[in-house]
Amino acid sequence: MQKKILKQFIEFGIARSIIVLFVIVLFILAILKDMQIAELISDSLARIGRNGILVLALLPGVRGGIGLNFGLPLGIICGLIGMLVGMEFDWTGLSGFVSALSIAGGLGVLAGWGYGVLLNKVKGQEMMVGTYVGFSIVSFMCLLWLLLPFSNPKLIWALGGKGLRVTISLADYYPKILDDFLSFSIFNVTIPFGSLLFFVLFCFFVSLFFRSRWGRAIAATGANAQFAKANGINPNQTRVWSAVLSTVLAAIGIVVYNQSFGFVQLYTAPLLMAFPIIACLLIGGAEVGRATITHVILGTVIFQTLLTIALPVTSAFIGGDISETARIIISNGIILYALAGVKGKTA
Amino acid sequence: MSLVLELKNISKSYNGNPVLKGISFALQKGEVRAVIGENGAGKSTLMNIIFGMPVIHQSGGFEGECLIDGHVVNFQKPQHAMAAGLGMVHQEFMLIPGLKVSENIKLNREPLSSKSFNRFLPGKLKVIDNEQIHKDSLKALQKVGMDLDPDQLIKGLSVGHLQFIEIAREVDHQNLKVLVFDEPTAVLTESEASQLLNTIRHLAKDLGIAVLFISHRLDEVKEIADTVTVLRDGELIGNYRCEDLDKKEMARLMVGRAVNIRRDQEQESPNARQNIMTLKNFSVRMPGENLQDIDLEIKQGEILGIGGLAGQGKLGLANGIAGLMPASGNVIFEGQAFSLNDPKQALQNGLGFLSEDRKQTGLLLDESITHNICFTASHVLGRFQNRFGLFDQKQGKEWAQKMIKDFDIRCTGPEQHTRRLSGGNQQKVCLARVITANPKLLFVSEPTRGVDIGAKKIILDFLRSLNQQGVTVVLTSSELSELRVLCDRIAIVASGKISEILLPEDSDERFGLAMAA
Ligand SMILES: Nc1ncnc2c1ncn2[C@@H]1O[C@H](COP(=O)(O)OP(=O)(O)OP(=O)(O)O)[C@@H](O)[C@H]1O
Ligand SMILES: [Mg+2]
Repeated sequence: MQKKILKQFIEFGIARSIIVLFVIVLFILAILKDMQIAELISDSLARIGRNGILVLALLPGVRGGIGLNFGLPLGIICGLIGMLVGMEFDWTGLSGFVSALSIAGGLGVLAGWGYGVLLNKVKGQEMMVGTYVGFSIVSFMCLLWLLLPFSNPKLIWALGGKGLRVTISLADYYPKILDDFLSFSIFNVTIPFGSLLFFVLFCFFVSLFFRSRWGRAIAATGANAQFAKANGINPNQTRVWSAVLSTVLAAIGIVVYNQSFGFVQLYTAPLLMAFPIIACLLIGGAEVGRATITHVILGTVIFQTLLTIALPVTSAFIGGDISETARIIISNGIILYALAGVKGKTA
Repeated sequence: MSLVLELKNISKSYNGNPVLKGISFALQKGEVRAVIGENGAGKSTLMNIIFGMPVIHQSGGFEGECLIDGHVVNFQKPQHAMAAGLGMVHQEFMLIPGLKVSENIKLNREPLSSKSFNRFLPGKLKVIDNEQIHKDSLKALQKVGMDLDPDQLIKGLSVGHLQFIEIAREVDHQNLKVLVFDEPTAVLTESEASQLLNTIRHLAKDLGIAVLFISHRLDEVKEIADTVTVLRDGELIGNYRCEDLDKKEMARLMVGRAVNIRRDQEQESPNARQNIMTLKNFSVRMPGENLQDIDLEIKQGEILGIGGLAGQGKLGLANGIAGLMPASGNVIFEGQAFSLNDPKQALQNGLGFLSEDRKQTGLLLDESITHNICFTASHVLGRFQNRFGLFDQKQGKEWAQKMIKDFDIRCTGPEQHTRRLSGGNQQKVCLARVITANPKLLFVSEPTRGVDIGAKKIILDFLRSLNQQGVTVVLTSSELSELRVLCDRIAIVASGKISEILLPEDSDERFGLAMAA
């Protein structure tokens, strides 16, 4: 039994243990400074529910052998379009939210399919090409956001301008529709029940999917494409599926994210979204070639909690706002660390 | 005589499972010592310890002492072991396909040009002497008895050649004292293997290099070794002089009981039966193993052997039918046209394939034994699935347990990942996976490669009993003796054609001629 615990600790990894320790220290500091612990925990929970599905969206890519999906912005854009279409027609509340999810999912299938076909042409360089795809689609959409024929005054620039606004409030549509669903408070901690439930449900479905024949074919391709081929699987096909799945989940993920956040952010906002999301998964213990649902959940919890409490605690001590810089340093540092780790092993 | 390598009481465990318990022996200059034992007995682990391979340190090091020239050593990296005069010819080739033969041989030890400007260049930027590379590698190739152009690219050479280049690379070390071979002949044909044995003898007797030699082929051990170390389940059974043991005795020491591989006598003539598969103008494009326009009939219920030298095309047949290598021609299976280049269709029609390349094609290394064994049946036939179409863990595990028992797979349980298994046990997992899908026509390539003599008997007996249950078997093997033990007819492939179809009782000369055709 003890051996098992020790083994699990080793598997948990030194880097991750340090980060968890750091989070605990931050909590203790927060208590010492008499800060609102309940509020910090509520914020952390809200962020976990908000980001969870986006992190989950990386899983099919890693399992299917296309690596960390740096092309996440592609799915995010699909999600944004899904939301905007419904908002243009003033679909609000549940119907607005559901229509956003469905349009997002549908677009995600199309975009993911094209993306997968592209990735098949650049085997071995998926992550780099994915990054370029992400950047290109965001720049391209910067143009389209200006040109698309949206006319709802809540969406376009005031004073008769043309084009969509940079930030659009969801206040009249479905703000926190999931966060507030069956949400409750204990010890002053607000539990965003709907969002967490949604996240857990999706994790459950994805893990079931990977126990199905289809999912196992995808995972086998990622693990050993030659093996997959010998077992009658077409590796090019399964790689496309994993790209589709990842893109669809990203599209759904951003809808969930935005309802909780309360705003839709356009233009360059999706550009850098992939990086902190990827950091989440890696902090959870995933590697470029291996990721599990546990990694997804653990990583989201650790990283989002860290981000939430690091800001107020450090600014309470240092007296300045270093949050954004810290976030960028931490997330990109983790990605670099993980990628370097991979190189180290194969060399 | 002087001792070059001495092991004292070496013990090692992985995650608390002991795999070596108190192994000791000493190796003298010019001595050839064979290390034999069943699959999973700990032979490779012992070599990894001597060599300081990273797996050993990552899993908590080892106990006991390893001495070289009388000094205790504990290499942290293989590079240190090489610097101290150890060389290892790995089971998996570590050559760079895009480089020339000579560049591979001299990799990391390139001689520097003696031109004067070279003195002024900083270390890593010094210019290399290409002529010297050419000369040195030619010398090394001659030492191992290979007649090969050092300027040729590695890409496209046969496995046999690669093996010799790998050895030449080690021999090129100036101060080479001990050379370790981990199953060097497993991938070679018999004639190549005997050339290798000559080379080893030359290295030991004429150059005074001490050799550690791991092999499951006891004939070779008998032929080449001076001394024999026998391991069983990680324990040292004993160190013997080779002339004191005969082959039977060796097998008995390894396995703990007597083993005999013999041909059953009653055989019926296969010609009376109808064809299960007919090939016409069948060609396969497989690098190094091309087949051109062959015609072949596979009879219902027979065991057909495919033999021949490496690089002649015998591996192309199974890979072509399996759809893993581009194939063309006219194939009829059970009276119907068979669609080529479609692995899924082939499997669904009831064909089974055991690839000769277990690591690349045969295994999911980071999945459990259960998942590996059930994969083909579950994916192609939809077995091991519960009502919701999900993989049924319980059913799969039960089946895996049965297979582990039937094939005597040495493991910690069905949950163990196949990466952690010894080579021979990985092979058994592959075979278990293939037969789990209940094929009607089974293509097996090199099924006993790297498998110990006890397990070899299990596998061969198993193939025979499958055959008695009505499965047609096409066995591709580089071991003629194995083909003769099992097959009804043996087709010999030479230069991409079938040169002759022989019977197992035909003379060695006829087989030799057919192979050389
Ligand atoms: N990396 C590893 N982690 C855990 N166990 C291992 C590892 N490598 C080998 N083992 C175990 O150690 C034992 C000895 O394995 P080893 O590879 O030394 O056998 P071997 O004698 O070389 O067998 P073979 O003839 O099949 O190659 C086996 O039971 C194997 O399962
Ligand atoms: Mg071995």
